[in-house]
Amino acid sequence: MSGEMRVDRVGKAYRVWNSEWMRAASWFGLPVQPSEEHWVLRDVSFTIAPGEAVGVIGQNGAGKSTLLKLITGTSQPSEGRITRTGRVAAILELGMGFNPDLSGRQNAFHSAGLMGYSQEQIEQAMPAIEAFAEIGEYFDEAVRTYSSGMQVRVAFAVATAFTPDLLIVDEALSVGDSYFQHKSFDRMRRFREEGTSIMLVSHSMSDVKALCDRAILLERGRVIRDGLPDEVVDYYNALVAKKENESLSVDQRRTKQGWVVTRSGSGEAKVVSLRLVDAGTGREVAVAKVGQALRLELDASVEHAIAHLVLGFMIRDKQGHVVWGSNTWHTGQVESDLARSERVRYTLHFTCRLGPGSYSVSPALVSSETHLVDNFEWIDNLLVFDVMNADEPMFIGSNWLDARFAIERNPSVPASSPNRGEVP
Amino acid sequence: MKDMFLAAWAYRYFIFSSIKNELRLRFIRSKLGALWMVIHPLMQVLIFATILSEVLSAKLPGVESKHAYALYLMAGILCWTLFAETISKCLTLFIESGNLMKKMAFPRICLPLIAAGTMIVNNALLLLAIFGVFAVMGHFPPMQVLWLPVLILLTISFAMAIGLLLGVLNVFMRDIGQVVPVILQAMFWLTPIVYSIGILPERLQRLFQFNPLYPLVASYQNVLLFGRPPMWSELLTLVIASVAIAAVALVVFRRASPEMVDAL
Repeated sequence: MSGEMRVDRVGKAYRVWNSEWMRAASWFGLPVQPSEEHWVLRDVSFTIAPGEAVGVIGQNGAGKSTLLKLITGTSQPSEGRITRTGRVAAILELGMGFNPDLSGRQNAFHSAGLMGYSQEQIEQAMPAIEAFAEIGEYFDEAVRTYSSGMQVRVAFAVATAFTPDLLIVDEALSVGDSYFQHKSFDRMRRFREEGTSIMLVSHSMSDVKALCDRAILLERGRVIRDGLPDEVVDYYNALVAKKENESLSVDQRRTKQGWVVTRSGSGEAKVVSLRLVDAGTGREVAVAKVGQALRLELDASVEHAIAHLVLGFMIRDKQGHVVWGSNTWHTGQVESDLARSERVRYTLHFTCRLGPGSYSVSPALVSSETHLVDNFEWIDNLLVFDVMNADEPMFIGSNWLDARFAIERNPSVPASSPNRGEVP
Repeated sequence: MKDMFLAAWAYRYFIFSSIKNELRLRFIRSKLGALWMVIHPLMQVLIFATILSEVLSAKLPGVESKHAYALYLMAGILCWTLFAETISKCLTLFIESGNLMKKMAFPRICLPLIAAGTMIVNNALLLLAIFGVFAVMGHFPPMQVLWLPVLILLTISFAMAIGLLLGVLNVFMRDIGQVVPVILQAMFWLTPIVYSIGILPERLQRLFQFNPLYPLVASYQNVLLFGRPPMWSELLTLVIASVAIAAVALVVFRRASPEMVDAL
């Protein structure tokens, strides 16, 4: 049992015919040509190895949905081949084919049937579906009485009731309340541990980073990047910025420690230097201690006269999760009317409330709250530093909460709110 | 072609549960539930019977019963309802399932099979109701009624073959969906359902016999009323036509399937 998928030079064209009769003639092998062909995918090749999790990202219209339709088999490629092994489950739209007048249970039977399972198989899985959905007695009520969240729970429970060899997920995780999101994420992780290959199509870069071993970036129907998630996601972000303002360049390289530095921007303002120093001594720091007072010092040079200058910092952990990020627009410190060859020094004072691990700093010089208006320079992972825990008691996680335990044996006053967090 | 039916076999549970759900939904949505499917054609019979037999005092040769005309109408309507409703259902089958076809990968052949199953169940209910009315009127069908299942099978096969072909084409050429109801309306009056073919001039009679529905409707009337066997020799042509149309429809369905999702 292994879910493997091989996509080999696949293309998809939507054909426009002068007359529908010519289309009909083409079914019988008559030599007629369509008047126009719109290629929405061309020359797409990649493989998903057994047990691998691959994220597909790209802007709207890049061909993600079309690729997904081809892979799940609802639509056929115009050229190339897709080969799949094992049982494929696709969650393209949760609650597809649910009938509002039938109960959750009846709909679950129907949906599972639509996936090709027999009555006995579904009956066996039904208790697990009911338990996972966690909607109680509503399970036997008409779906029309459900909230949209409840409907999603049932739909996800059915779609993942049978461990597939290859699971294809489209944005499905972005719905439902956060408790259920965690739960569905856990289930996908468990699938991965059991050897299920996963293909995730998402706008959520953090989902892709959290769940995938690899990411594929689609642009105008072609694969333009295929590699490690943080690398591809950073490239994608730079590309989005480039789209917004033309004269940008994007270049990407990997440092010796394995961080990918992606530099993009128009170059109207540039980062000259970035240093992390101890607040007391002013000496440069490569390994910071938990609780240490630090300063980030950035020197920027203005290459062309610009109206506004905003500096943003983003600190990320090794997995690419943003730990903290803000900019001088949010803090109300926008610099205005900068002349050519002016120098600006920014200093960010902060206490190292980070957990042990490796972190990166990405600075961005922009003109407003986002980098989509003017991106002068954006450098992902320009500075990398480690945090170690020397003085505090051992803790895990990326955050130092400065938390203290208080312990009282045989307390006289009971806990104030007995329903919260009580061990059942 | 074989893999198509193997796939349908693998999805047999889904097909049966879908048919069951369609029936179940009827009862959930309206108080009288499935009764409405029966009331509609019976109402038609009542109206025709009142107007045509009372007002026009139509005479029907060969049946002695007082309610002869109503019985005659019901036999024809039973056949016609199955034929017309199946075609209407198939016509919009793929368009209405468009969203499902875009989002789920399942054998497309399931859709027409579900439609056919639902139609047969509907028709069986109408048949029961008609037998009930027959009994009330004091008419008990002759032995030849045992041929009825064969006739029903022929009707549904013929209708499904045409319906599948039109349903696929309708995805690409939506005009078909507008034209077909008009043609069905005309066919209803060109088929001896509310009248007997015997009342037509001889020259017209021969012309009307080219109507592919004529032997079917007449056979229904034969086995339900007149105690005569079905018109086998005429029906043979219909069987051959059904097989030929079904073959074309399946080829078109198969070739068009990949493009159907793109056009929906």
